[in-house]
Amino acid sequence: MKSFQYLKKIDRTIDYDNNDRALFYYLMRVEPTVALCIACGACTATCSAGNFSTLDLHKIMLSIRRGEKVYIAKEITQCVLCGKCQLVCPKNVNTRGVILQIMSFLQSSQL
Amino acid sequence: MKFDWFVLPFSIGLIFLVVYLIIQYYLWLNKLSASQLKSFYRIFFSKKIFLVIGEIFSEALLHIRIFKTNILLGFMHSSFALGWFLLIVTGAIETQLFASKPINHLYEPIFFKYFNTHVPTDKLHKIFTFLMDLWLLYVLSGIFLAIVKRFYSRILGIKKTTKLFWTDQVALYSLWLIFPLRLLAESSSTAIFHHGSFLTNTLGSYLEQHIHLSKASYALWWAYSVDLFIFFVILPFSRYMHIPTEIVLIALRRAGLKTEKKINSISQFEIHSCSSCGICIDNCQLQIVSNRNNMIPAYLFQKERHKKVLKRDLYDCLMCGRCETSCPVRINILNIKLARRNEKLTKRKDAFHYLQQLPIETKNTEVAYFAGCMSHLTPSIIRSMLKIFEKFQISYEFIDKDGTVCCGRPLMLAGKYDDAQKLIEKNIQIILASNANILITSCPICYKVFNDEYRLPITVMHHSQWLAQLFHNRKIDIKKSTTKISAVYHDPCDLGRGSHIFDEPRMLLQQFVNLSETSPYKKENSLCCGGSLGNFYANENDRVKIARHAYYQLVHEESCLITSCPLCKKTFQKVAEKPVFDIAEIVNQYML
Repeated sequence: MKSFQYLKKIDRTIDYDNNDRALFYYLMRVEPTVALCIACGACTATCSAGNFSTLDLHKIMLSIRRGEKVYIAKEITQCVLCGKCQLVCPKNVNTRGVILQIMSFLQSSQL
Repeated sequence: MKFDWFVLPFSIGLIFLVVYLIIQYYLWLNKLSASQLKSFYRIFFSKKIFLVIGEIFSEALLHIRIFKTNILLGFMHSSFALGWFLLIVTGAIETQLFASKPINHLYEPIFFKYFNTHVPTDKLHKIFTFLMDLWLLYVLSGIFLAIVKRFYSRILGIKKTTKLFWTDQVALYSLWLIFPLRLLAESSSTAIFHHGSFLTNTLGSYLEQHIHLSKASYALWWAYSVDLFIFFVILPFSRYMHIPTEIVLIALRRAGLKTEKKINSISQFEIHSCSSCGICIDNCQLQIVSNRNNMIPAYLFQKERHKKVLKRDLYDCLMCGRCETSCPVRINILNIKLARRNEKLTKRKDAFHYLQQLPIETKNTEVAYFAGCMSHLTPSIIRSMLKIFEKFQISYEFIDKDGTVCCGRPLMLAGKYDDAQKLIEKNIQIILASNANILITSCPICYKVFNDEYRLPITVMHHSQWLAQLFHNRKIDIKKSTTKISAVYHDPCDLGRGSHIFDEPRMLLQQFVNLSETSPYKKENSLCCGGSLGNFYANENDRVKIARHAYYQLVHEESCLITSCPLCKKTFQKVAEKPVFDIAEIVNQYML
C-alpha cells in the first residue's frame, strides 16, 4: 500500500476496557472544573509552550476522560504553567489547577 | 527555710519549660550551617546587640507594630507581655529588698505574699506593693479585653479571631486563669496579714466578709501554682511558644538570617514565632470572599507546628503578600510557603527538552524588550510600547515576538524551582545575545523574577520605570489640548509589594492624568486583583469576587483605573465599568 502513497491506517479506537480512568475520577474529586471543558482548543491556540513543542492542552483534556495516562504523562512535563490557557478559557476551567493536580497524581502513581 | 508543698507544681513546670526550650533551641541552632551560626554568634559581640535588645523591648514587650495597626489590640498584647514582665521584675526586686530572710529559691518572688507576712512600713516598700497591684491590674485589663475579643472580636476592631488547636485552648484558658487566681490568692493572704495595696487590700477585706479565708487562701495558692504548672507544660506545644522564640528570631533576623529557598531551622524559628494574633486574617482577600481558612498564615503555621499541612493549605493562596506586610512579627510567610511547595513536587529530568532546539540570534541593539506571556493577551500594551520605541528611535529587539519562553516564575510559584532553572538558563542566553544595555519588561511577574533569580549583567526595568526615566530626561511631551482624565493607580502585587516600585509610576502618571490618591489601599497596602498565578485552587467565582471588591474599593464614580500589569488589566476588565488602562497605553495616547 505504501508504494501507492497510502499510509497504513493507525488504529484510533479508544479502548475503554483497558484504559485507566483513575486520573479522571481523582480530578473530579479535587478539581471539578475539569468537567466544564468543551475541548474548544482555545488553550492550545494560546499556549506558550505549545509554540515550541507538541503540548496540546485540549488533547490532554480529552485524554483525561479517555484515561490515556501514558500520553498525558509524556506531554504534561512540557507545560510551563504560565496560565494563559486559564485566561482564555471560555468555560472558566481552572487549567493551572488541573495541570498541577495531574502532576502530583502522576508523581504519586510513579508514572 | 521558706517552703510549702504548693511550690512544687510551679517549680517542676518551670524547670521542664527551661530544659525543653534549651534542648529544642540547641537542636534547631545545631542544624544551621557554620557560616550562619558564625553570623548569629557574632551579633552578641557587636553593636547590633543594642538593636536586638531595642527590638525585643519594642516588639516582644510593647508590641508597637500591633499598636500601629490597632490600638486596642496592641494594648491587649502589650498588657500581657509588658505587664507580666513588669510583675516579674518588680516582684524580684521587691523580694530582694524586703524579704525578712535572704532568698534562696526561685519560687519565693512568685509566692512572696504567702511567705512574707510583714506589713510594709517604710515608704519604698509601700511604693513597691502599690506597683505590684498596679501591674496586676494592667494585666487583668488585658485579660478582660482578650475575653471580649474571643467572643465579640469586632469590638476590638478585628473581624475574625483565630480558631484554636486544643493545646492552644488549654494554654489560653490556663493563661487567662493565672492572673485572676494570683489576685485572689494574694487578696486572701492580704486579708489575713494586711500587707497589700489598693487592689489586693480592698478585694481581701471584701472577701473576708463572705468566705472563711484561712482555708480558702491555702487552696487558692495551690490553684495558682497548679495553673502555672499547666501553662508552663503546655506552652512548648501551643502558640505561646512564640513568647521565647520571637526573642531568638529577632536576633537571627538582625544577623541577616531568614528563610530563603528551603525550609531549615530558621524557618522553624519563624513558624514558632507566630502568635496567631489574627491580623493576617482580616488582610486576606481570598478569605473574605471564599470564607476558606486554610490559606491564612496563622492557621498554616498552626498546622506546621503540629505537622498537619495539606497540599491545599499551600496552594490555595494568591501569594499577594498582604499578610506578610501586615505581620507584626515580620515572618517571611511567602518564602516559607514557596519552600514548602518546592518539597511537594519532584524534579523532572525530561522536562522542556524542546528548549535546546530554539535558535538564538545575535543582535546589536540598545534595548531588549520582553513583553511576557500575559502581555501577549493584552496586545494594546505591546503596541503602545513598540510605538513609543519607534517614536523615540530606540533600537530595540522584541525578544518574545513570536511567543515566549516563559520567565519561570509561574513554575516557581507551583513549587518547581529546579525545572524553572532550565527556562531561566535559556532566557539568559537569549537576552544576552541581544547585546542590549537595558532589558525592559511589561510584566511585573517577569520583572520580579528577572531581578531575583537571573543575575543579569544589564539593567532590568519595568516599562513604567523606563517611561518615567524617559520623561525625567525631558524627552516626552504631553499633548496640551486634551483635558486630563481623572484616574486611580493600582499597584500590582509583584511590582509594588514584591519589588518596591511605588513612586515612578505615580510620578509619571501625575503628568498625564489627574491622579486621585484618596484610597487607603495603595502602595504597600494595595489590593490584589485576584488574577494571581500563585493560586491553584481558586475558581473563577472567587477571582471575580476579589476583582470586583478591589475595583470598587479603588475606583469612584468619575475616575478610571490605571495599572501597570497585563494580568491585573485583564482581570479588572472583567468587572470594570470603564476601560482599564495600562500605564504604557496612557503615555502612548497622551504624548505629543
